[in-house]
Amino acid sequence: MKDLNKPCFIFLTFILLLTVEVAFGATLKVCKTCAYTSVKQAINKAKPGDTILIEAGNYKEYGIEINKPLTILGRNKPVIDGNNKGQIMTVTASNVTIEGLTLKNIATSYRQDDAAIRVIEQSNVRILNNIILNTYFGIYLQNSDNCVVKGNIVSGKDITGLNESALGNAIHLWYCDNAVISNNKVEGHRDGIYLEFVKDSEVKNNLSRNNLRYGLHFMFSDRNVYTHNTFRKNGAGVAVMYTRDIRMAHNTFEDNWGAASYGLLLKEITNSAIYNNRFSRNTTAIYMESSSRLDIQQNDFDKNGWAIRLLSSCTEDTFKLNNFTGNSFDVSTNGNSTMNYFKHNYWDKYSGYDLDKNLVGDVPYRPVSLYAMLVERVPPSVMFMRSFMVDMLDNIEKVLPSFIPENLVDEQPMMRKIKHDNDRKLTQNLR
Amino acid sequence: MSKIIKYVFYDIIRNKIVLGYTLFLLLLSIGLFNLSGNPDKAILSLLNLVLLTVPLISIIFATTHFYNSYEFIELLVAQPINRKKIFLSEYLGVACSLAGAFILGVGVPVLLFGASITGLYLMLTGIFITFIFVAMAFLASVITRDKAKGIGIALLLWFYFALIYDGIVLFILYTFADYPLENATLVLTALNPIDLGRIIVLLNLDVSALMGYTGALYKSILGSLWGIGLAFGLLLLWIVVPYISSSSIFSRRDL
Repeated sequence: MKDLNKPCFIFLTFILLLTVEVAFGATLKVCKTCAYTSVKQAINKAKPGDTILIEAGNYKEYGIEINKPLTILGRNKPVIDGNNKGQIMTVTASNVTIEGLTLKNIATSYRQDDAAIRVIEQSNVRILNNIILNTYFGIYLQNSDNCVVKGNIVSGKDITGLNESALGNAIHLWYCDNAVISNNKVEGHRDGIYLEFVKDSEVKNNLSRNNLRYGLHFMFSDRNVYTHNTFRKNGAGVAVMYTRDIRMAHNTFEDNWGAASYGLLLKEITNSAIYNNRFSRNTTAIYMESSSRLDIQQNDFDKNGWAIRLLSSCTEDTFKLNNFTGNSFDVSTNGNSTMNYFKHNYWDKYSGYDLDKNLVGDVPYRPVSLYAMLVERVPPSVMFMRSFMVDMLDNIEKVLPSFIPENLVDEQPMMRKIKHDNDRKLTQNLR
Repeated sequence: MSKIIKYVFYDIIRNKIVLGYTLFLLLLSIGLFNLSGNPDKAILSLLNLVLLTVPLISIIFATTHFYNSYEFIELLVAQPINRKKIFLSEYLGVACSLAGAFILGVGVPVLLFGASITGLYLMLTGIFITFIFVAMAFLASVITRDKAKGIGIALLLWFYFALIYDGIVLFILYTFADYPLENATLVLTALNPIDLGRIIVLLNLDVSALMGYTGALYKSILGSLWGIGLAFGLLLLWIVVPYISSSSIFSRRDL
């Protein structure tokens, strides 16, 4: 029986290998001593489905157009240097994978938005584990669905002294649905991650820091999920505008500190959930304008200037089970904000008691201090911060509330700091 | 003149209040620096305490001291010495001993735990405030011969600068909220040495980011060397004006 089977087995294996060859295509090697010495040559010769393997080395190329479904693979980190002459890679075919390359030097161009990798109106493009240095725009996707941008390091320029128009975005998506942006590290651009008209997408485990404007900026981008990202030392943290059905969870917003900085800036965003995030050392942790039906739960606000600036245009927002510790102002509002709901939060400034020992304070807490209101209404009065008079006014108002908004109250504040089970630590260690 | 200063100085050191004041400041500063790990934060807390206690103690101590040494002053006036010189020596004796106490009590811990430009501003502010409030105390003391009344005026002055003034300004700002008030605030804070001192220090700390547009305006003015010079010049004016007026009252008055 065995002898009879053997040739048959070999034959089958052969057939199988053949089919594999057809399915995966040929591999074209690029290196200084190979048949192909430039990426462009290899792409010209390649058939759809081929793999182009780029060996270590320094290639001075720009304007590479990938117009067929190829896999461009870098081995041992080859460097493609655009030499500040123009765009390095333009993808004009679907099902392209670009992996393991180092792309660098894209000049700032005010006329066209040059990027290291640009994808134009395609789908299923995967951009993985690349290092992109000293660029204007890093990765630019336009009108492209189902794309994956994963594990890339996009590092722009030293932003000190530059203005917004001289910088591009690290990862820029425009009209792209179902995108996955994960495990990227972006820095030194105008916006770290920029999404406009991007729907049903996922942004997770990214680190965005030292960007001039926003760490993450999105507009008109509904039904997206943002989890486990870190936004650090950006001009203004995260800005979210004109969007609905967003879920933001387990993100860290820290050190977004400056005269016009925010941790999270919400403008006209509705029906969204903001869970388990940590905000620390931001000038304003959350700034909310015209935002309604938001569910803000189990977040930690620590050592911020303002924890929440809730403008009176916001309605039906819920704040539950959050920790407010060490903030200069917990909540401030510019008018008689109503219809917002605070319950079971922990406030370190709360001085009530708990007679029935159910860990819920018996006296309601009003998180808006008189001085916070005064500052919101008359901004110059901020110069009296830390003045003895201000402390006294606040204390008097706490005992006998008469000016601060009546409806903005936590009826059941917690007596102890709430322990949130966060898996943020884990992801931070992994990173 | 230096003999009189020396005498006043010894007299003050002998009565141990200044020694207690030094110890109080020393304990307070060391405690604050040890309690909060961050020197910036400690300086912020220290600033609050300095701006509250230093003016109060300076003004009360100087007033009582002036009244208590009235007989000594009368004795000196009987001698062939210029009255202005007597007054200046009294002033320098008291102000320098209090400032010395402040330097020992706050300066040494700041130097040890939080030596920075902010710490330096805190020190300068404290020293200026001491001199200003001693000058005000002397003004209160020469206005009236009655000790109770004099202390009352001194306390009222402290109360005005530490508390009432801020209240009035906040009220003005609130009433005229519809107008651009940034420059007005700048002028109004310059009219109170305590506010001026507080802002000089605050602008050098992290919290200045919270101060928005007004803070930026202040920073653009007070951030330069010229602006800091101007601010301390204003504080100097706050010493000179009460001192000169009290000195002239003293030299003309029938003791």
